[in-house]
Amino acid sequence: MKARVTVTLKSGILDPQGKAIEGALKSLGVDGVASVRQGKVFDIELAATDKAKAEAALKAAADKLLANTVIENYRVELL
Amino acid sequence: MKSAVLVFPGINRERDMARALKLASGNETAMVWHAETSLPKGTDLVVVPGGFSYGDYLRCGAIAARAPVMDAVRDFAARGGLVLGVCNGFQILCESGLLPGVLMRNAGLKFICRDVHMRVERSDTPFTRGYNAGQVIRVPVAHGEGNYEADEETLKRLEGDGRVLYRYCSPEGVVDEASNLNGAAHSIAGIVNERGNVLGMMPHPENHVEEIMGCTDGRGLFAGLVQQFERAA
Repeated sequence: MKARVTVTLKSGILDPQGKAIEGALKSLGVDGVASVRQGKVFDIELAATDKAKAEAALKAAADKLLANTVIENYRVELL
Repeated sequence: MKSAVLVFPGINRERDMARALKLASGNETAMVWHAETSLPKGTDLVVVPGGFSYGDYLRCGAIAARAPVMDAVRDFAARGGLVLGVCNGFQILCESGLLPGVLMRNAGLKFICRDVHMRVERSDTPFTRGYNAGQVIRVPVAHGEGNYEADEETLKRLEGDGRVLYRYCSPEGVVDEASNLNGAAHSIAGIVNERGNVLGMMPHPENHVEEIMGCTDGRGLFAGLVQQFERAA
């Protein structure tokens, strides 16, 4: 089973990397960019075939390691 | 004082730290590999040194914080043992949950490698006993992610409980925006946990302990720790 965990910064957390990318996009002349926030995507292959078990494993992975929940949110998707 | 320095793949300041500890205490320091599940018997102080554990992959300190040895460090800290984390060590302690908050990318986005000034906020802790409250010391920093951030509630608690032990300042000891090199909340350079036995700091006191280094301002921290155990003995 394939899955994707997306980790994003919580709103209100300063994201200097996103700001730098936003500036670069503007200087490249890409129109209409209001703001950029950078995050991370993890594509994970699971041995499990049970959906509920897979989701539980992904949640555990995100809580224990993939995301720092002090500053980040995460979203789990089974593909 | 019996100290143990943790060693993770990608750490590079462990020898500097061991040298500074030996200079202050006269004892050899145990080097403890990350895969160990216990600390050497009779350890008084655990140090998490600086460097780039696991190449800073995922988030600085994130992978090291989940190493087997960190469970032993958590138990040690829960029993009141003293833990010092410097630079990547501070990041590892935050990631492991031993300290609140997080070290974000420097506000100016650049890696900063130079001397900074820090004000010692109080002298009545094991980690600041070797200094006077209000004293300004000069120590080097070398980090890309040293911008300490925590939610308002946590910052309020840190300030209210006097848990900010070191703060970036001007050479004259003034805490202002210009001296806050990485954009840290409240110019925080070093904090302790609620119990006061775990310190994390970004600057490297271990690199200012010998005349040949051009400055010995870092000595006070190590001398204070040694004193702490002499008092206890």
